[in-house]
Amino acid sequence: MSFEPKILGILCNWCSYAGADLAGTSRRAYAPNLRAVRVMCTGRVEPTFVLKALRSGADGVLIAGCHPGTCHYQSGNHKALRRVTLLKKLLTQLGVEPDRVRIEWVSASEGEQWARVVNELTERIRKLGPFRPLSLLRGTG
Amino acid sequence: MGKVKLAMHAAAGCGGCDVSVLDLHERILEVAGAAELLFWPMFCDGSVKDLEEYPDRHLDASLFNGAIRNSEDEHMARLLRQKSRVLVAFGSCAHLGGIPGLANLNSLEELLRVVYQDTPSTVNPKKSRPTELYWMPPGELRLPRMHGQVLALDEVVRVDQYLPGCPPAVEQLWALLRAIVQSELPPPGAVVGASNIALCDECERSKGEKRIKAFRDLASFVPDPEVCFLEQGVICCGPATRSGCGGRCGKANMPCRGCYGPPDDVEDQGAKLLSSIASVIDSDDPAEIGRIVEQVRDPAGTFYRYSLPSAFLSGACREEAS
Repeated sequence: MSFEPKILGILCNWCSYAGADLAGTSRRAYAPNLRAVRVMCTGRVEPTFVLKALRSGADGVLIAGCHPGTCHYQSGNHKALRRVTLLKKLLTQLGVEPDRVRIEWVSASEGEQWARVVNELTERIRKLGPFRPLSLLRGTG
Repeated sequence: MGKVKLAMHAAAGCGGCDVSVLDLHERILEVAGAAELLFWPMFCDGSVKDLEEYPDRHLDASLFNGAIRNSEDEHMARLLRQKSRVLVAFGSCAHLGGIPGLANLNSLEELLRVVYQDTPSTVNPKKSRPTELYWMPPGELRLPRMHGQVLALDEVVRVDQYLPGCPPAVEQLWALLRAIVQSELPPPGAVVGASNIALCDECERSKGEKRIKAFRDLASFVPDPEVCFLEQGVICCGPATRSGCGGRCGKANMPCRGCYGPPDDVEDQGAKLLSSIASVIDSDDPAEIGRIVEQVRDPAGTFYRYSLPSAFLSGACREEAS
């Protein structure tokens, strides 16, 4: 059976969730591999969410928010960017391909951009293969 | 009332927990007066064979320090669990995996190769490695088998109480021993000898808005002892570490290293710490953020210094196929 990546999308309420909505209402077809969760702002996204998603069976995580300078709360997206940048360095040390986690800016008017981001990430993760941390498989016996 | 029956055992750790008990000084005599130490390899008699022959739940409490690295650690954990009414995960290693848990960043093969071949002081032309079983007169010699991963105690057996710290603060240890003697332990599963708020909440340093352009190394300057470490660009684990230690490190002008583990509502100490450390970076420019982040030289070793085996992703995701 071919591998279908499972991707968790964490989308900000003001820009990216609306952008994803627009992709839908414009009847734009794109990869069905992403499960979307809406948060008020990417500044709410804790690194814990990303690690927990990967541990719980996600093969990749997309965090999508407003373009820099357009955050509804002024700086939430910048905070998310700082966290994701450091998180990727941590993931590398833990033996996780940092490309499994991506942060993107998608505005409410960018339905096409949304579809492109999801397609790209899905293909990238399809190439990386399923995420199976050995720490989950470890036995003590 | 008869004496309380106690045991203490060291698994994968440094032995510091055992020694820290001696920090009780004269009060150790009170412990000896109220408790019978049936098994404590570091300091008194008592063999594993004796332990095996006791009836189940014979011991009132066992203090288990160290993580689970090999089959012997695991055997002792199961044995002490069986023989004890109360099993205490004593110290950071038993609690969350501790410093030995950082070994999970590498595969077993990598670890053995470094220790038995690659270190500059090692001469090992035959590339010998320890084997579990070795025959020589008068019989076979057995070594414990290394597990592929280091585990915290509660990943192997049920734990009743957790006493965090590297090592636990002596006053907290004293309180635990009193509670054991007086049968006043909190319900099973509790973290004892620590509070449930972040260390920052107790820290007496002045705290203002944190915006930093560079992380600084303690080797390069002496931090101001009155001001929050993070504001000075020094990574401090206080934001994601429970208090209870009395801020020993901060008082010695050293940042918190996180040995008490996270408060109850934090699932993953390292992720929480990463979140707060990244937030104080004062830049909106991706390139500059990248440069500042590069100054955090060892995120896994810094944020998960004591808790990697208990993290969501415990490392060794790249273990070679065996």
